[in-house]
Amino acid sequence: MDSVLHAVEGFMYPNEVELQWSVLIVLYPFITGLVAGAFILASLERIFRVEAVRPTYRLALLTALAFLLVAPLPLQLHLGHPERSFEMYLTPHTSSAMAMFGFVYLWYLMVVLLLEIWLDYRKDIVLLSQRTTGPLRLVYRALTLGSDDISPRALHTDDKVGWFVTLLGIPSAFLLHGYVGFIFGSIKANPWWSTPLMPIVFLFSAIVSGIALVMLMYMGFAWLREQPIDMECVDTIGRYLLYAFVIDFSLEMLDLLHRIYEADESFASLDFMVHTKLYTSHILIQIVLGTLLPIGLLAMVQVIRLSDAARRGLYASAGLLTLIGIFAMRWNVVIGGQLFSKSFLGYTTYKMGFATREGLLPAILLMILPFAILWVLVRLLPPWPREWEEAKPQEAPSVSA
Amino acid sequence: MQEDRRRFLIESGRFLLLTGAAGIAFDHVLAGEPEKAPNYDATRHWWAMLVDIEQCIGCGGCVRACKDENGVSHEPFYFRTWVERYHVDPLDAEHPRVDSPNGGHDGFPEIYRQGDGAKAFFVPKLCNHCEHSPCVQVCPVGATFESPDGVVLVDKSYCLGCRYCVQACPYGCRYIDPEQQVVDKCTLCYHRITQGLTTACCEVCPTGARQLADLKDPKDPIHEFLRTHTINVLKPQMATGAKVYYNGLDGSVR
Repeated sequence: MDSVLHAVEGFMYPNEVELQWSVLIVLYPFITGLVAGAFILASLERIFRVEAVRPTYRLALLTALAFLLVAPLPLQLHLGHPERSFEMYLTPHTSSAMAMFGFVYLWYLMVVLLLEIWLDYRKDIVLLSQRTTGPLRLVYRALTLGSDDISPRALHTDDKVGWFVTLLGIPSAFLLHGYVGFIFGSIKANPWWSTPLMPIVFLFSAIVSGIALVMLMYMGFAWLREQPIDMECVDTIGRYLLYAFVIDFSLEMLDLLHRIYEADESFASLDFMVHTKLYTSHILIQIVLGTLLPIGLLAMVQVIRLSDAARRGLYASAGLLTLIGIFAMRWNVVIGGQLFSKSFLGYTTYKMGFATREGLLPAILLMILPFAILWVLVRLLPPWPREWEEAKPQEAPSVSA
Repeated sequence: MQEDRRRFLIESGRFLLLTGAAGIAFDHVLAGEPEKAPNYDATRHWWAMLVDIEQCIGCGGCVRACKDENGVSHEPFYFRTWVERYHVDPLDAEHPRVDSPNGGHDGFPEIYRQGDGAKAFFVPKLCNHCEHSPCVQVCPVGATFESPDGVVLVDKSYCLGCRYCVQACPYGCRYIDPEQQVVDKCTLCYHRITQGLTTACCEVCPTGARQLADLKDPKDPIHEFLRTHTINVLKPQMATGAKVYYNGLDGSVR
């Protein structure tokens, strides 16, 4: 701590020297963003009938679930008293944006995501509960929740309800991540955060990161399974990624231009910060490496005719750079917003520990965890056609009156 | 026999459910118990503080008294109250030079030359006990609340330690207690003022630069002072309804 005191430039209120929100709070909007984005991609197929992205539909849902399960963990690890976090459900303070987190989270997890996945997989679960043996059979039997009717009429009902849940899920996903933006955007004490654009910027960056992640996951799993990549699918995802990215970047630039042109009392302080302490993470990593470069790569695919292999390479690079860029964006919002004094007269430094409670190591482990969960989910509920379906494709359930 | 077993299960289930619920309810009743001050009527007071910048000599007595009275950590990152020294070039009020070594706890070393043309003064700071507190607004569980007599307090047995209120305070008045891992801040010495005493900082101030004020008491000299002096609050643009009133507050103060 004392070393931080020496790193202070200018004047900070004494209580401001220590940063309140660490790298774990950077992870939290990053992870919820991936959830919201992955779900929006899934809804493209279901609601907006973009058939080309169908191969990623189930994978997107499972990815969203894996990350959603991990989303509250960084928060829990950060709390001074995690054992009291349940109070947010028992005695929520209705004027607090953070208090609503629990409810939005539960709504999204239980009502939207789990229900949609269950409805979509119900037929598979029933068939698996009949075909597997051993303890796994018990797992699948439990997952059927006692519902083993897979008659065309029942499946048709599943499909109808599932469609409605997805429809409900789109505003829910917007709510989930929009509200995360609101948590920051509504803090009038902090000019780096306080902007009504924050929820919408968070939302579009979430869509961008979620689409990029599912695209990478799809290509990665295809490579692992030694299956061909559906190029029409990744081309379509790449196109949507580009569109979402352009909107996201425009919104962020609008925010930046607005700040530069208005140049209010906080501007000199924020401007100095962007040119010094945040130069690498904001200008170089977020804007140049993580935004302009992937937008350029994705746009290149649109204007130049390239081979499948070249396009795959470009999509993989653009996807990775996008994830780095969006992570940097979260970092710059959360950490950047605490590096300057609310007196606008000085700056502090963020010193990240390694094997501490809020250090780099738990952050890395928390980022690995959703991939481990996804691996289990994919083993349990394979998002691609099963062997018996590949051998003899099932007919779509006929609509019975 | 079967009937008996069923009835036993139902009865014991009911018993467990009801005692559990009663236990939780009782916990909440206890959690809301007011400070033990039998003769104190919170509805008859509305607390504020007056800080007269022209009187402050920067001795740091208030910072030391506060830390001692309230058991605040002596590390230089945790302050319920602190004092800032301003050194302002009259032609460049937008860029004041400010320092607060150890929050002014040990006084201020001479670092400026006398007669250098700048104006210099001390600004004691503390929680502004805002009427529209951003910190109270954002607390996810209502652990931070405004008492009926206008003091912003924290129920430490309820605080999650999420630090959202620390972010929301425009004045930097909150910190996380390093031992208890919950938020801490100035309570306006609530344990003292409800007993008819003044705050520790006001009590030790040698020049009377800090005065506790009760805005609901018509006899309190604060009313006359507010009427006859040029008074301001910190960051009035934040519209928080701050109740720490400053006399002689320079425009350069942040």
